[in-house]
Amino acid sequence: MGKHVLLVEDELNIIEAIRFLLSREGWQVDTHSDGADATDVIRSSKPDLVVLDVMLPGKSGFDILEELRGDAATADLPVLMLTARGQSRDREMAEKAGVSRFMTKPFSNTEVLTAVRDLLYVHGQRT
Amino acid sequence: MASLNALVAVCLAYVFFLFCVAFAAERAGVRGRARWLLRSPLVYTLSLSIYCTAWTFYGAVGYAARSGLEYVTIYLGPSLVMIGWWWIARRLVRIGRSHKVTSIADLISSRYGKSNGLAIVVTVMAVIGVTPYIALQLQSVTASLSLFAAAEQGSLTDADEARAAGFWIAVGLALFTVLFGTRNLNVNERQHGVVIAVAVEAVVKLIALLAVGVFVVWGIAGGVSETLARIDASDLGTWEMDGSRWAGLTFVSAAAFLCLPRMFQVMVVENDDERHLQIASWAFPLYLMLMSLFVVPIAVIGLDLLPTGSNPDFFVLSLPLSQGREGLATLSFLGGFSSATSMVIVATLALSTMVSNHVVMPVFLYLHQGGATQSGDVRNVVILSRRLSILAIIGFGYIYYRLSGGSGALAAIGLISFAGVAQFLPAMLGGIFWRGATRAGALVGLGVGFSVWVFTMLLPSFGPDAILSAAVFDHGLFGINGLRPQALFGIPGLDPTVHAIFWSLLLNAVSFALVSLLTFPDPLERLQGAQFVNVFDHSGQTRGWQAPVAESEDLMIMAQRILGAEEAQRLFQTEADRQGNGGYLPKPTADFLQRLELELAGSVGGATAHAMISQIVGGTAVSVQDLLAVADESAQMLEYSSQLEAKSRELSQTAAQLRDANAKLMQLSDQKDAFLSQISHELRTPMTSIRAFSEILRDTDGLGPLEKTKYANIIHVEAIRLTRLLDDLLDLSVLENGQVTLNQQSGSLVDLLDHAIATAQASEARPIAFKRRRLDEMVTLHTDLDRLSQVFINLVTNAQKYCPAEAPELRIVVSQTGETVVVDFIDNGSGIPAASRDVMFEKFSRIGAQDGNGAGLGLAICREIMARLGGDVSYLDGTGGTAFRVTLPQSQALAAQ
Repeated sequence: MGKHVLLVEDELNIIEAIRFLLSREGWQVDTHSDGADATDVIRSSKPDLVVLDVMLPGKSGFDILEELRGDAATADLPVLMLTARGQSRDREMAEKAGVSRFMTKPFSNTEVLTAVRDLLYVHGQRT
Repeated sequence: MASLNALVAVCLAYVFFLFCVAFAAERAGVRGRARWLLRSPLVYTLSLSIYCTAWTFYGAVGYAARSGLEYVTIYLGPSLVMIGWWWIARRLVRIGRSHKVTSIADLISSRYGKSNGLAIVVTVMAVIGVTPYIALQLQSVTASLSLFAAAEQGSLTDADEARAAGFWIAVGLALFTVLFGTRNLNVNERQHGVVIAVAVEAVVKLIALLAVGVFVVWGIAGGVSETLARIDASDLGTWEMDGSRWAGLTFVSAAAFLCLPRMFQVMVVENDDERHLQIASWAFPLYLMLMSLFVVPIAVIGLDLLPTGSNPDFFVLSLPLSQGREGLATLSFLGGFSSATSMVIVATLALSTMVSNHVVMPVFLYLHQGGATQSGDVRNVVILSRRLSILAIIGFGYIYYRLSGGSGALAAIGLISFAGVAQFLPAMLGGIFWRGATRAGALVGLGVGFSVWVFTMLLPSFGPDAILSAAVFDHGLFGINGLRPQALFGIPGLDPTVHAIFWSLLLNAVSFALVSLLTFPDPLERLQGAQFVNVFDHSGQTRGWQAPVAESEDLMIMAQRILGAEEAQRLFQTEADRQGNGGYLPKPTADFLQRLELELAGSVGGATAHAMISQIVGGTAVSVQDLLAVADESAQMLEYSSQLEAKSRELSQTAAQLRDANAKLMQLSDQKDAFLSQISHELRTPMTSIRAFSEILRDTDGLGPLEKTKYANIIHVEAIRLTRLLDDLLDLSVLENGQVTLNQQSGSLVDLLDHAIATAQASEARPIAFKRRRLDEMVTLHTDLDRLSQVFINLVTNAQKYCPAEAPELRIVVSQTGETVVVDFIDNGSGIPAASRDVMFEKFSRIGAQDGNGAGLGLAICREIMARLGGDVSYLDGTGGTAFRVTLPQSQALAAQ
């Protein structure tokens, strides 16, 4: 049944939009707004996919991603990264950190859905 | 008489020939032709042969006839000097060239701190030492003339005629020297005419002596073996050698070779190329050997053939005459004539340079105080003074000759003269080899040596009771036994000549060394000392001038007067070009002044040039650094390395500046990146919501009206946020660029605050209580009220938004300290952490994450506005809550009264 998606994002309206989109597809969406303890929250909630913002209060998305990749339990966890800083350098940094998919804001809703679907599907196949 | 006339005619023809040669050489020199000859080592070597004067030409034979082989010492000394050229001669030539030394007096004065006093002492000593020698030359020519006449007529020509001949010879020589010796003002420019004439005369005298020798050996004696047999048979064959005399005479002739003004002139001043010295080092001894080859045979044969009582000094002449060989005798006479004239010319030239540069010019400059900068050509004065000096010196020689009346005293004058100028040796050699030598030492040494020489050699040479009474000879000066002129300190038994040489030079050297050790050289002296002693390590110049206040124009005027307009302009132009500043006047840098001084030194001598420049520049200053440089053995190395250090310091400074600039650029670039990144983020964030919800509204079926309204509202709010952000950005950009135009108005602070609070409350729903004392706010302001209001609104809104207190409250406190109005906005919140206070006025800085709505530009804008208005906004510490203080600038406060 419904896959579990964790959305780490601090902008309220964006949380609202993504939650709306993913819920309609039948996925269970949880949200978290603080960067500082995001890694712990992810570890404990064991989602199937993390949608991660870059500019978070407390800790940057890149750092969180690195921590996830450094932990065996979450090394393969699909992470879709969203950022409003659309510079190529950010994309490089994200890929280096081991992101599964990288998207810049503003995004197209269908693209986000497709990306989430892909990631969940691939992830599901592999496990 | 016919033959004598013929001789005079030959003489005149010979002199005319010499004039022509000198003239041609001068012309060729000016046009730069025939350099191969004019500047050849051959000419250099031949010009050195002015060492062989009439005294050697005629006198060597006489010397041999009287004292056997001892005459060789006169040739041995110079030969040793030349063979050992590497040690002394080369050093002298190098110093002479690099310092443009004009004479031995100039050399010594330059070495000891460009002291003109020393130069005068040396000049006077040289004149006293050399003038009798010039007289000797005049005497030898007239004597040989009268000998000729005697052979013709069987009787000696009367004294008047000889004197007349002597007079005309003196006039001729003076004329020649004036004509060819003062063509160039700069003594360092070669006097080609003189040098070539001297070289030609050197050839003539060598050929003459060799011809007589060949005639004597093969013509009279009948071959080499017969000659040798005759020599063996004579007294001369017995080898009597007085060691002390040999050593003393060899030494004194070597010293004289270096110290005689005329030798210094040809060896150092006229030297064109140091390499010539290398060739002369073997060629000149060879010349001397040839000159001395036939001396003994001529002496022996002469003693054999000529009647006893005939003067052996003129065997060279009287032998051919007695054999009826008039042609040969004429040649021989020309040889002697050449020896005499070349010596007189060069000696006079050298002495006149010294007298003119060190006595006449300083006096002239002293009399014309400040005259160095007057317009007009001093060159004429210099040349005139040199010409007058020539006439005076030859005049002295002639007078001396007339007074001594051809006495026997003249015969000894050669050696006496040698010993006299040899007194320069300690000061000179000490100066070029010993850094510790001082001016005082040189002065005392010269004085002592010269006095001893006068007392033990010059005065006694006139014979007992001539100047010194016989009593002085026997019992010493003032009856002190230790002061007997030929047995100083009561030590008798020494040969008088050796005695004089020994004591004068010993006392000279000892007092020179002692006083040098006891005195301390002044800075310029030390500097020059280092330059002279280490001449091979560095041919650089003393860097003495340190006063760029000198005006180039004055220098130019002075230089023109000494060097001539053309030469001076060329010099200045070259320097100006080198310095790279347009125009024709260079900056009077230390380097340039140094070069200029050197150029002037070539014309008027080191001391005078130094004095002239210091007259304009105002004296030299020797800096501490210079002293340090001198103190160290490797003075120049230090200076060089300090230059390098300065350069590298400069470089590293530049590098540091570049690093700083680069760091700043990097920082700016980083800031720009961060700024762009921030803007991107701030713009994209509301856009994201707008796009996402608009797509939701478009694509999602079955949305309830409530949801639709909610999502449309989000889009609306985000769009407003976006607009506000853009407004703020533009506002900030305008403020930062200073393009804002202030709209000055008058209004009251109360109204302004009322308006701000009303506006803030309208835009922000969150309630906050205001605490004000309206009475304090009754202040009239004159400023851009709209902008100030913008600041107030921002601060009030911030408090409304971010004050975390349960019952938020904002106190607005207005106070006036002096003429400054201060408005404080204090809320009852938690305050701002110290770490954030530094950055909170920066763009995009947001404290905490309570609200994602602000872009973090508000405070940045406030700060910019207050800066434009001439006031300030700052965080107010210590109130418990968050507090900002707005300070209105004084002018506005004044307007408020």
